[in-house]
Amino acid sequence: MAKIVVVTSGKGGVGKTTTSAAIGAGLAKAGHRTVLVDFDVGLRNLDLIMGCERRVVYDFINVIHEEASLNQALIRDKRVDNLFILAASQTRDKDALTEEGVERVLTELSKDFDYIICDSPAGIERGALLAMYYADEAIIVTNPEVSSVRDSDRVLGILASKTRRAANGDPPVREQLLLTRYSPQRVQKGEMLSVEDVKEILAIDLLGVIPESQAVLNASNAGVPVILEEDSDAGQAYQDSVARFLGEDRPHRFLQLEKKGLFGRLFGG
Amino acid sequence: MSFLDYFRSQRKRSANVAKERLQIVVARERATRGGPDYLPELQSEILKVIRRYVEVDQDAVQIQLDREGDCEVLELNITLPDRH
Repeated sequence: MAKIVVVTSGKGGVGKTTTSAAIGAGLAKAGHRTVLVDFDVGLRNLDLIMGCERRVVYDFINVIHEEASLNQALIRDKRVDNLFILAASQTRDKDALTEEGVERVLTELSKDFDYIICDSPAGIERGALLAMYYADEAIIVTNPEVSSVRDSDRVLGILASKTRRAANGDPPVREQLLLTRYSPQRVQKGEMLSVEDVKEILAIDLLGVIPESQAVLNASNAGVPVILEEDSDAGQAYQDSVARFLGEDRPHRFLQLEKKGLFGRLFGG
Repeated sequence: MSFLDYFRSQRKRSANVAKERLQIVVARERATRGGPDYLPELQSEILKVIRRYVEVDQDAVQIQLDREGDCEVLELNITLPDRH
């Protein structure tokens, strides 16, 4: 039985797809059979971030409509063993995702995989609700910024009440915070919410903090999950997050500024 | 804190403002969460009725639904302005 993990945030542009790609690739590298499922019907982008956009023949909706089998639609990653991608459809039909269809596909994937990573669209419409509904675990991607934190709190409310686990009275979805685009420099200047501030407001466990990094844009330009850029700060922060996700206890890095000399301390930055 | 930060800290730091605003808005939104879908509408209609008689703020009416065992308690809290 696979563990179903939703990567969600409410707000758009905070790094859900970047995170799905990185966490999925990290889990696969750790030896777990992992599939990434793009729930953003009409605006698919996971294929681009994973660098397999030219290999999409069949998609999630084709499988739901039984126009293709799962084996035909799953794209095997060429860099990492055990990693597969199920692309979203580019259809403009909002109702293309059906509850029964999603459940059937997830149940079938469950037989073959250890982890199913559901990359949620922004917002709290059908695609986002369905990405959350079947989840066992949730990674809440949040920027240290007011609208993102508020939307994340909204999403936490949905996870607590509108999921299969809530409907069945099962133990609740495990929720973990991933704070992205973090700038220790701006936090120190008092211009950005700190990781403690966000933790205090949302009151959930912290999976990791990803620093604002050039590496993220570079990786998405190239279609490489940033976790594979092993020397980059963001890549290492994602590696730590995956290790924590798998139960390892790792200290958080990239939360502090580099130590400055006497001159720097006197005149600040 | 550096020498220059001493002068910078004179104005209120924006991160602190952000945190305070968030704590208030999140607390308010959590209070109505999980209740029946009609709660926000009920709240705005009660507010309308009260405003026919007294001029009150948007957040003068607070509604909370608490569950105690089998019993549901609808708590209505209306703050009237001071008499001048």
